[in-house]
Amino acid sequence: MANHHAHAVLPDEPEKATLEGKNKVLGFWLFLGGETVLFGSLFATFIALRDQANGGPTSQALFDMNLVAVATLLLLTSSMTSVMATLALHKKDLKKIQLWLTITVILGLGFLALEIYEFVHYVNEGLKMSTSAFASAFYTLVGFHGAHVAFGICWITLLQLSATKKGLTVVTAPKFYLACLYWHFIDVVWVFIFTVVYLMGMIGGKVG
Amino acid sequence: MSAHASHAPNRSGLWDYLTTVDHKKIAILYLIAGGIFFLAGGLEALLIRLQLMYPEIEFVGAKTFNELITMHGTTMIFLAVMPIIFALMNAIVPLQIGARDVAFPFVNALGFWLFFFGGVLLNTSWFLGGAPDAGWTSYTTLALNQYSGRGVDFYVLGLQIAGLGTLIGGINFLVTIINMRAPGMTFMRMPMFTWASFITSGLILFAFPAITVGLVLLMFDRLFGGNFFNPDAGGNVVIWEHLFWIFGHPEVYILILPAFGIISEVVSTFSRKRLFGYSSMVFATALIGFLGFMVWAHHMFTTGLGAIANTLFGLATMLIAVPTGIKIFNWLLTMWGGQIRFPTANLFAVGFIPTFTIGGMTGVMLAVPPADYQYHDSYFVVAHFHYVIVGGLVFGLFSGLYYWWPKMFGKMLNETIGKWNFWTFFIGFHLTFFPQHFLGLMGMPRRVFTYLKDQNLDMGNFISTIGAFGMTIGTILFLINVVVAAKSSKRAPADPWDGRSLEWAIPSPPPEYNFVQTPLVRGLDALWVEKMAGNKGMTPAEPIGDIHMPSPSFLPFLMSLGLFVAGYGFIYHNYVVVVIGVLATFACMFTRSVKDDPGYHIHEDELEEKGVKA
Ligand code: HEM
Ligand SMILES: [Cu+2]
Repeated sequence: MANHHAHAVLPDEPEKATLEGKNKVLGFWLFLGGETVLFGSLFATFIALRDQANGGPTSQALFDMNLVAVATLLLLTSSMTSVMATLALHKKDLKKIQLWLTITVILGLGFLALEIYEFVHYVNEGLKMSTSAFASAFYTLVGFHGAHVAFGICWITLLQLSATKKGLTVVTAPKFYLACLYWHFIDVVWVFIFTVVYLMGMIGGKVG
Repeated sequence: MSAHASHAPNRSGLWDYLTTVDHKKIAILYLIAGGIFFLAGGLEALLIRLQLMYPEIEFVGAKTFNELITMHGTTMIFLAVMPIIFALMNAIVPLQIGARDVAFPFVNALGFWLFFFGGVLLNTSWFLGGAPDAGWTSYTTLALNQYSGRGVDFYVLGLQIAGLGTLIGGINFLVTIINMRAPGMTFMRMPMFTWASFITSGLILFAFPAITVGLVLLMFDRLFGGNFFNPDAGGNVVIWEHLFWIFGHPEVYILILPAFGIISEVVSTFSRKRLFGYSSMVFATALIGFLGFMVWAHHMFTTGLGAIANTLFGLATMLIAVPTGIKIFNWLLTMWGGQIRFPTANLFAVGFIPTFTIGGMTGVMLAVPPADYQYHDSYFVVAHFHYVIVGGLVFGLFSGLYYWWPKMFGKMLNETIGKWNFWTFFIGFHLTFFPQHFLGLMGMPRRVFTYLKDQNLDMGNFISTIGAFGMTIGTILFLINVVVAAKSSKRAPADPWDGRSLEWAIPSPPPEYNFVQTPLVRGLDALWVEKMAGNKGMTPAEPIGDIHMPSPSFLPFLMSLGLFVAGYGFIYHNYVVVVIGVLATFACMFTRSVKDDPGYHIHEDELEEKGVKA
């Protein structure tokens, strides 16, 4: 069955060629709307609690610009490579899709490794979940994002593996498209985390 | 040539329902599960009222009382009325828009099983060391470990799992309504119930993530030593209140809008008139949905937000009365000059209108911040929200059930029992909750398990408890009616009420593919348009052909079971169990994503046999 589909001529915008595909794309956008509220709530909580260090380490004492800059660079680059994958999707070029997604996943793994290193480091510095309200809010917001990255990595890898067998079809195309959309979303969230958590946290002092 | 199976997999009985992805069967599952939880919540309510029947008695005692009020509120909102709304949405919305199916049948089934297992998890707390007792709003710090037992962990995890189910269910309906409408079914030709379901689903999408976050934070505080709500470590309890009500206020509109939708359908059908002011109804529904997000802090006037915030939130709240008023006048004007009939469905609809109006009026009274300082946490609030939720929503649901029962089950509910059901429930309801306004004004606080003698509270409470028995009788009559209908051999016709919208154009109950041929919609009240044009049924928009159906799947059940198991792992701090449960869920997700579902076809020749008769 797989071959049968793979050799058929793929329509343009294969991700939206079928009603199932259209439904998936729309449903996923809506899902991202919900995710926005989710992260919005976490951000609001973090902003309310960011100065409540309770005698434990503060963000000014902990954060290290270099580490965060490298992490950001990795993730933003991976966003670009995922765009390249989407472009390749529209050219119906499975090889290119696989290539760009592999790079995306590697960059994502690098980001995740840095984040794990960062968390371990902070715990050693005395910032545990139970240290302060700031700690709880920090680990929850950044950790939630990290969990999204980890999920994205698993998802894309799985897609890549199953596509080696199934090829690029009107069934697999929407999946690729959505995975890239998801990855983008995570990157956008990171831009906010970078600004609200790290930049504002390093400037120090109460804002307002 | 094609790998598609050409036959419906043969499944029957329980196995059929455990694996179904048919929205009409999922509707029945929602109805049964929601109905059972409704009975549980009702029993809890009866026990609450018995404890309050006389002053200073020890019928259930303070501890159980706290558990009862918490579980009553939580069960009714999340596990009873929401699922019954979902039951009606599942049964009717795809039919009203002329769709063969919903957008995501698999996700739809998953949504049901998540709700179901979340609800079961929450309710097992009764047998596992005590139910949650911090109120249905679980305000922190009361809901933190120092002040409450393990029950609140059940609340947190049960609601989290059930909430995920609701969220994906909402997305399914949004996409279904946007993408799956029959040709000609423009947005401004959609029946009001579909419109209401659409806006409600939108509210679900934006409201539920807020409580998801709230529950996660509460879980971290309770299980992993987090400090979000612990003031000693810099936490802030008002964050919980904000997150809860940013969800909680839209939630009350998630509940009431579908009831508005039902009332619009019923009133118009039984007045034999098109709905008065259809476009203003659509506009009012959308506006209520939008304003619903602007007013959450009216639950928090007494937390000390300050005069300016209180004023703004008070004003925004009162604004909601405007679109609500538009709706009420439109219903009245629909009836005006109509050929009105009063079967039970319409009795409930007509009973709804004044009752809900009283609830709306007390709502506006509560929206005045300085006055709210007096009413807050008194029985006045209890009276208000029961007028809107029971007198509004539950009346609406009864109306919808009497109206659509024939469509869903192919049997008519008995009208004589129905009228008894209405009158006992209606009178019982007002007896129960009308006196509570006065009890509240006289200072009776809510959530307190007893009261002193001779404070002028005795009589009101006594009457209130008697009323609760009236509602109980009404509910039992409904159950009897269901049994009588199931036993009767008379089959319901396709269109028992001389209906106006598309669901009445197909047999009762509908075949699994809904419409043999997708209908062509030529106006508002699509079926009525054809009737007026002298046509027997809908004009088809396509030739008869094979119909593609999704295959049933056991995965939604297993996925939800995995999270259910993981939930216990969290509650008992047993992380091996958590890992097993979560891995099981992920394994199902994995299976689902690598194994494509080719579905099966129902062939043309089979269609003739099944569809066209009846
Ligand atoms: C014109 C419409 C409405 C207005 C102005 C309004 C206003 C209010 C206000 C100000 C409160 C807070 C009272 C307090 O705790 O001091 C309240 C409570 C409540 N309202 Fe409404 N309301 C309206 C409609 C509704 C509807 C349609 C529902 C449900 C279907 C509803 C359900 C509730 C519930 C459940 C509570 C109590 C929550 C709790 O504390 O446990 N209301 N309402
Ligand atoms: Cu409210």
